[in-house]
Amino acid sequence: MNPYAGLVSRLRAAWLAGRTRPMEYRVSQLEALGRFLDEKKKSIMDALAADLRKPCFEVEVSEVILCKNELNHALSNLSSWMKDEHVDRNLVTQLDMAFIRKDPYGMVLIIGPWNYPVQLILVPLIGAIAAGNCVIIKPSEVSSCVEKLIAEMLPSYLDKDCFAVVTGGVKETTELLENRFDYIFFTGNSSIGRIIMAAAAKHLTPVTLELGGKNPCYVAEDCDLQNVANRVAWGRFFNAGQTCIAPDYVLCSQETQEKLLPALRRAITEFYGANPQESPDFARIVSDKQFQRLQALMNGGCVAIGGQTDEKERYIAPTVLVDVSISAPIMQEEIFGPILPIVTVANVEEAINFINARERPLAVYAFSSNKKVLNEVLKQTSSGGFGGNDTIMHMTLITLPFGGIGESGLGMYHGKFSFDTFSHHRTCLLRYTGLEKLNEFRYPPYTQRNLALLSSTFEIKRKGSCTLL
Amino acid sequence: MNPYAGLVSCLRASWLTGKTRPMEYRVSQLEALGHFLDEKHQSILDALALDMHKPQFEAKLSETVLCKNELNYTLNNLRSWMKDEHVDKNMVTQLDMAFIRKDPYGVVLIIGPWNYPVNLLLVPLIGAIAAGNCVILKPSEISSCVERLMAEMLPSYLDRDCFAVVTGGIEKTTKLLENRFDYIFFTGNTSIGRIVMEAAAEHLTPLTLELGGKNPCYIADDCDLQSVANRLVWGRFFNAGQTCIAPDYVLCTLEMQEKLLPALHRAIADFYGANPQESPDFARIISDKQFQRVQSLMDSGHVAIGGQTDEKERYIAPTVLVDVPMSAPIMQEEIFGPILPIVTVANLEEAIDLINTQKQPLAVYVFSSNKKVVKQVLEQTSSGGFASNDTIIQTTLITLPFGGIGPSGLGKYHGKFSFDTFSHHRTCLMHLMDQEKLNTLCYPPYAQHNPESLLSTSEIRRKSTCNLL
Repeated sequence: MNPYAGLVSRLRAAWLAGRTRPMEYRVSQLEALGRFLDEKKKSIMDALAADLRKPCFEVEVSEVILCKNELNHALSNLSSWMKDEHVDRNLVTQLDMAFIRKDPYGMVLIIGPWNYPVQLILVPLIGAIAAGNCVIIKPSEVSSCVEKLIAEMLPSYLDKDCFAVVTGGVKETTELLENRFDYIFFTGNSSIGRIIMAAAAKHLTPVTLELGGKNPCYVAEDCDLQNVANRVAWGRFFNAGQTCIAPDYVLCSQETQEKLLPALRRAITEFYGANPQESPDFARIVSDKQFQRLQALMNGGCVAIGGQTDEKERYIAPTVLVDVSISAPIMQEEIFGPILPIVTVANVEEAINFINARERPLAVYAFSSNKKVLNEVLKQTSSGGFGGNDTIMHMTLITLPFGGIGESGLGMYHGKFSFDTFSHHRTCLLRYTGLEKLNEFRYPPYTQRNLALLSSTFEIKRKGSCTLL
Repeated sequence: MNPYAGLVSCLRASWLTGKTRPMEYRVSQLEALGHFLDEKHQSILDALALDMHKPQFEAKLSETVLCKNELNYTLNNLRSWMKDEHVDKNMVTQLDMAFIRKDPYGVVLIIGPWNYPVNLLLVPLIGAIAAGNCVILKPSEISSCVERLMAEMLPSYLDRDCFAVVTGGIEKTTKLLENRFDYIFFTGNTSIGRIVMEAAAEHLTPLTLELGGKNPCYIADDCDLQSVANRLVWGRFFNAGQTCIAPDYVLCTLEMQEKLLPALHRAIADFYGANPQESPDFARIISDKQFQRVQSLMDSGHVAIGGQTDEKERYIAPTVLVDVPMSAPIMQEEIFGPILPIVTVANLEEAIDLINTQKQPLAVYVFSSNKKVVKQVLEQTSSGGFASNDTIIQTTLITLPFGGIGPSGLGKYHGKFSFDTFSHHRTCLMHLMDQEKLNTLCYPPYAQHNPESLLSTSEIRRKSTCNLL
């Protein structure tokens, strides 16, 4: 018998009892989550430091504040999000109530990754709770200190009948996935994403997959290169590069590369000092396996900046590679580390072709003072999101959806998009048994006249002029 | 080599040229689809008559009028749907442009069913074209006359570089699904739905599945009997019951059943005459296989009304069964034919419990003059959609989404929901090249920053009063 069948059963019974539906309940659970974040903040910081040597400031900015913002945004808006959405009616339904009800799905499974192990588990959890679901959370075993913290400390804040934390590795996750869930939310890499979706298919479970990819970053010739270097370096080396929406590689002309390198060097020195290994502001690689993978990738080009590593600390210096071979491993897989390859192209058209010859990434970045260039790249590429003249920031604005396309994922969340992701939008039409005479036109025996009358009551005509763009 | 690889390649190449993106192009293709519906109207009606003896009234109402409505609604609104959706910004992004761009997915596959073979193929097509995609259409081989019409006549109306029709059965569909699509839209039964989702998982392709289920219809004791009977009979026997959102079975008390039966008898006689086989207004079963399947389900109970069959014509009379146990075959699968079983329950609570032990259906129906009863059924059940005091009609209001939950499907469409289904909502943030001071708030060395000042620019506070419902 499946080891998690009992747990899933228990939570499903609580779900069927309607426990998680009332707004008061959802608010109380969300507030409890807020207290967890406040009261256990120090423990969270310590766990992240132990797992990734994540600097406190980065934890504050990318884990804690983002979660608190999502919580407050959800609590401030939950009442209006939960309301039935009334829709325009046609002639036939004039006297009816026609609306969309936001129903919870039921039992949700959230599987988190190791790079932002607090944010990427709790932000989906906020959405799932807000939408009225029961939830099983599966944090990543790779960020083991955060996994332990969440398993030991989070359950006491939430209703144990409706929320549970499951720990373990591949074997446990596979067994967990054999159970039927009503929604699965997964953040991780594309190959595991495929396995998750195949498991979901057996039960026809809807999914959101937040995956990854190689996010290209085109730098035009007309830029303020120091600003570009600052923003690209910040995006690339934050969390030692272990960020799904970090700029993965740069595309620029040879001339731009010549000017960009000293600017990057300057940015790295200003951020991390002459020896970044001594900076308290630079994280470490999460595991030996990831460290070795990254170290091997450096062979894909010539080290222009950085390149130092220290296996004991799992330290890899902020590194920039040039003369990168397109066929080298570093250009075949998502880097997910503090290495930035620069690939030279003749012009923006070549850059766009380069981008379009590859799988669609989570983000496309472009730097240019010329709006036309930015719009050209936006228009001619396809990606989860797009950032012009900055990196990463688009995911911090709560009114923007966050999600991938193709290999980089499916579905989206953040803010209201989280609530919508974890809700089933149920069409509702409430009619009356009176006024039967009106219905008679649709009944057999069928006549042309009745058809004409009926059509006229719900026919949609084309408006007179359709102004083309 | 996969027999469809060349075709998919070809369409993908067209997609990459950007041909389907401009609004003028989409409008021209949609208008061409409109010409197809107008010019081939008679051929469409003839094909539907040949495939399942679909009465012209039903064909016009449920196939061509609904398609024209979707076309006109789309053409009327396309411009505004295509616009970038600007979002509220926070302090950090005040000077940025923050918006959601509606990008096409690319190459879409639409697989249609046989019961409404025109509507359920073309309405998704309208959404896919409106959203700027290339499309491969796979009509059902079971409704073979409509399949032939689509394959022979439709392509000449649309741009052959970007739209294609593929014909064939299971083997060919399987081969087609081995190719990578950017979106898959499937209407059909649950078991094939699983196969489609498994195929989609190989390529991480997002999808919409419009499946089926057993749609329960609870009839309270407080109803106007003849109105109920009319609406129930209309919903159940339209298209000889071959409708995914038809009421599948009735739940009511024994007393109600006694009163309902004569009312149902009268409605059937009013609609189809004393011998429905002679009525021009009653369809036939699509195939011998379906006929035999539906015929065998009649053994599940006692025939109270109808029960006659004619294998030569694939005619099954409008039939009502009573004394149906829940364990009977007719209660184990979606009926999809003109048989209406009545299952007796003691009261409303028992009806709701019974509904909740079954899989989540495409629709839950309730007939009652008491708003509280309607509310209770709505709140205590889960389904794709819900309607009170009528059947089916909720799918004809274009402002309401149409979709299932659990085994009845995932995703939704109709009207703007179609456009949104076939669009990728791409987050875009355009920052200024200068204004570097704002960015420096995040840069290392982190010790220079006051976390409080950072908080004030990016924090979302909880609104002071949260009005509970």
